[in-house]
Amino acid sequence: MSALTFTLKQRPDQRVDMSPLVCQKLANLELAEIAALTLQNGKRKIRVDEFFGITGSDTQNIVIKNSFNKLDFIGKELDGGRITVEGDAGAYLGLGMKAGEIEVSGDVGLYAACEMKKGFLTINGNAGDFLGAALPGNKMGMKGGTILVKGNVGERAGDHMRRGNILVEGNAGDYCGSRMTAGTIAVMGQTGRYLGFAMRRGTLLLWNQPQSSARFNDCGAHTLAFLPILFASFKKLNSKFADSSAAFNRVQRYAGDMSEMGRGEVLVKIS
Amino acid sequence: MIINGVTIDATFAEAFPMKATRAIITAQNEKWAMISAQAMTGFATSVIACGCEAGIERILDPSETPDGRPGVSIMIFAMGGKGLAKQLETRAGQCVLTSPTSALFAGIDGGTRIALGKNLRYFGDGFQVAKLIDGKRYWRIPVMDGEFLAEATTGQVDAVGGGNFLVLAQSQPQALSACEAAIEEMRKIPNVIMPFPGGVVRSGSKVGSKYKALGASTNDAFCPTLKGMTKTDLSPEIESVMEIVIDGLTKEDIDKAMRVGIQAVCDLGAANGIKRISAGNYGGKLGPFHFHLQEIMA
Repeated sequence: MSALTFTLKQRPDQRVDMSPLVCQKLANLELAEIAALTLQNGKRKIRVDEFFGITGSDTQNIVIKNSFNKLDFIGKELDGGRITVEGDAGAYLGLGMKAGEIEVSGDVGLYAACEMKKGFLTINGNAGDFLGAALPGNKMGMKGGTILVKGNVGERAGDHMRRGNILVEGNAGDYCGSRMTAGTIAVMGQTGRYLGFAMRRGTLLLWNQPQSSARFNDCGAHTLAFLPILFASFKKLNSKFADSSAAFNRVQRYAGDMSEMGRGEVLVKIS
Repeated sequence: MIINGVTIDATFAEAFPMKATRAIITAQNEKWAMISAQAMTGFATSVIACGCEAGIERILDPSETPDGRPGVSIMIFAMGGKGLAKQLETRAGQCVLTSPTSALFAGIDGGTRIALGKNLRYFGDGFQVAKLIDGKRYWRIPVMDGEFLAEATTGQVDAVGGGNFLVLAQSQPQALSACEAAIEEMRKIPNVIMPFPGGVVRSGSKVGSKYKALGASTNDAFCPTLKGMTKTDLSPEIESVMEIVIDGLTKEDIDKAMRVGIQAVCDLGAANGIKRISAGNYGGKLGPFHFHLQEIMA
């Protein structure tokens, strides 16, 4: 069975809500039924086959070709299966995702994987602000699963994050790990200002020394036993995180945010 | 049945259902992993008075352990799940948490989950940190030498306890040498432990006693000094009897361990003073698992 492929015919001016096109919602539909579904486009509803050329039949393996940054809500509440996005994705990619896999070859917009519960998300380009965060007004961000970003991430990555892993091969913007309740964010590149702002618990694992902050207290240099286990869990990834040269267990530990609960930690690689 | 001059009695060992678990202790080096493992499996020879039976299963290469450090695999057996969980927790708390550089991991992935580090985390007094990695929860508990890392749970499975055989020899040194040879071979078998000191017990017991307070007492039929004053099971030339008790995850595991153990004893043979192999049972009425010596050695 070949992948169910949606090829965008031409880029619409208005944003498109792609949330109906997830594996579990298409599971028992014929191709004609899928073509007749409607997508919200600005203030209009447009049939799927007006936007996309549709080929293939495997509803558990969806490919979106010619994707661009106005296709929002791709993989919303995905509950199993795989979605491959060729190109960029808009905002709210993988919103509340429950299981399965999403891979994007390009960049993604705001709030990617926000309130994600489980599953695996790969972004080969850059991610916008509020990656793995909570929706505005909500108190709980990402609750599980893994996000791998091969490029850079915007501001507020992991805002209100509760559990799971965010792995960033590139740089992170300001307020990375802000208001985090738990979970792990690993950043191989540089981090911006206000790292771990109002962080309660959780781990920020860094390859490079962040800007110093009065809100984090130095707990000294340590060899931590859980790090080899954490790095071993990355071995299966197609990522720099899987390289054995990337692994380390010797870190400088900073505890904070001391203006909050102060049980969080920033672990910085000691080279 | 006679093997190398050693008579294999037409009898059987009688064993019981137990609950078992396995844990992996790692440390900076094998020496400290072993020290911790020995402490954790200490005073655990028999459920009669220890609450559980425990032993070291084998030494683990760093490539076999979750954190890539030298390790030791230990197993604990108890008559019920509640008792097992209690023993595991108290032993882990007093013997592994306390042991320098140690970490503690689950040794059984399936089965009923029972607490390993789940409750030890409270020792961290609020400074403990949970990490969920690949679906397994670990607790990082701050301690004075750094951090104690413990997996939250391990698996509890149905198991078999009380497999055994008796080595009847012409002298005490010969009985002990034969048992040492047997234990050396039996330790190579996975999924079993021999819980008594050095794997050998010299005070085999029978059910009951003339003293009402005691549920078990010396197995007088196999005590060589009583040959002339009790209903003995020993021939005149037998001067010493020692027993090896085996707990295993399955009946097949105990079968294998008994086979290699008895074979090692028989390899020494009559020329080294080994006369008979027998086994302890209660007439087959108490335990559902029967290990017939001659079938095992056939």
